[in-house]
Amino acid sequence: MREVAIVGFAQSPSVRQDSVRNEVEILTPVIAEAIKRSGIPRKEIGFTCSGSCDYLAGVPFAFVQALDAVGAWPPIRESHVEMDGAWALYEAWVRLQIGDVDSALVYGFGKSSVGDPREISVAQLDPYYLAPLGPDSVSVAALQARALLESNGYTERDLAEVAARSLRNAKTNPNAQVKGDFEPDELLEAPYDVSPLRSHDCPPISDGAAAVVLAASDLARKVCERPAWITGIDHRIDAHAVGARDLAKSPSATLAAEKAGVGHRPVEVAELHAPFSHQELILRAAMGLGQEVEINPSGGALVANPIMAAGLIRLGEAASRIIDGSANRVLGHATSGPCLQQNLVCVMEVR
Amino acid sequence: MSDEPLTVLRSPLRLEYTYTAGETSSRFLRGFAEGKILGRRCPECDKVYVPPRGNCPICTSALTAEVELAHTGTITKFCIVNLPFAARNIEIPYVSASILLDGADVPIFHLIQEVPYDEVRIGMRVEAAWEKPEARTPGMESIMYFRPTGEPDVEVDLFEDADA
Repeated sequence: MREVAIVGFAQSPSVRQDSVRNEVEILTPVIAEAIKRSGIPRKEIGFTCSGSCDYLAGVPFAFVQALDAVGAWPPIRESHVEMDGAWALYEAWVRLQIGDVDSALVYGFGKSSVGDPREISVAQLDPYYLAPLGPDSVSVAALQARALLESNGYTERDLAEVAARSLRNAKTNPNAQVKGDFEPDELLEAPYDVSPLRSHDCPPISDGAAAVVLAASDLARKVCERPAWITGIDHRIDAHAVGARDLAKSPSATLAAEKAGVGHRPVEVAELHAPFSHQELILRAAMGLGQEVEINPSGGALVANPIMAAGLIRLGEAASRIIDGSANRVLGHATSGPCLQQNLVCVMEVR
Repeated sequence: MSDEPLTVLRSPLRLEYTYTAGETSSRFLRGFAEGKILGRRCPECDKVYVPPRGNCPICTSALTAEVELAHTGTITKFCIVNLPFAARNIEIPYVSASILLDGADVPIFHLIQEVPYDEVRIGMRVEAAWEKPEARTPGMESIMYFRPTGEPDVEVDLFEDADA
């Protein structure tokens, strides 16, 4: 495999509603910043790949407009995935394996505020048996949380502890949307949103964007002092139908972590894309991450959740720990689909 | 309950969105209410974009200089529409055309009226037919259509930027 590393990362602050700027205007400064941090001139970037969702934007081919932020004339090599930007990063990583280009720009963006993401998520469910019932994203996640509480001895307090830690970590993350010091007991006094989930167990609705620059072998070494080398990357999928799975477990996360080599050596920091508090507990168990692993120092998707960028942000945040010298082996994870259906695991190391 | 097999299932899904035009497009759309067509010039490439962009799609420079464009231009391409659209109550066939406004580097798209459809041609000079001032809104509908000016046709270089 060709060596590929993250050498630049930037993100917008997540906000509840950016009522002035459109997607392109949110994205443009983020892409410019990621490219600047990478040290690679924009015109020399060999491949561009984005992740976004037309259902979220409410416009067909929404990603085409976003190319204004890239500078796509004369024509560039460009692709798009109708998924979180983390999957765009996977495509770019595969593209760099071919060997004819040495760098790639990857970005993901989403303005969740223009629609109702809770209702929009119904459209991703199986269209025959589940979507006609109209269960929104929080209701579907609540089924999973209930399955976890009833099978593994976890309590609602465990969920509140995840939320309390995430909100506390968010205090040092300038891009976080919600943050603060809360005791788990205090959080448990709140009413249920959809039992057993309370609002602290659910992600905020966020507008935002993120961009990453990848570079291969010698170029990465030239432009970056401590490139975040991707030593393992894999994504796996569980059954689409939530009724066909044991929702308390995530076999696809287990398999992706195994294939990405998570267990070969200790992981210091893991950025897990767990939009709901209970999903962090499922993912930790699925990937075998013990108490010694620092989880979501950024606060994770519970404190900033720009849909289609939140997974890429996990990879970027984890990579930043290598680049800034505060860790030597990290894990970035992204999820997609209902109840952790799809999982992508990316292990990055210093060399 | 019928014993007939179920062959069709209707499951309507309705989603509502609040569109954000963005900073640059908002300026452009508000211009129509004042009877203006507003574009922006790229400080690097010197190209004038209408509708304006926040940044140049070629060099990504921020487009800060606003340009008020002429209400006249030249047809660079067109099509004759023979299908009725529910949203558009116009007698068919009619012509939709790309119009390069004088001073702009990219064409806009609009209706051509006040001329038989089979007399429209590339290079034809046209001008905007505006709604009355009191009927103008922040949107391109404030220009009802474009119509011929009667000036002589001009040469259109369709492939000017092909080697850019």
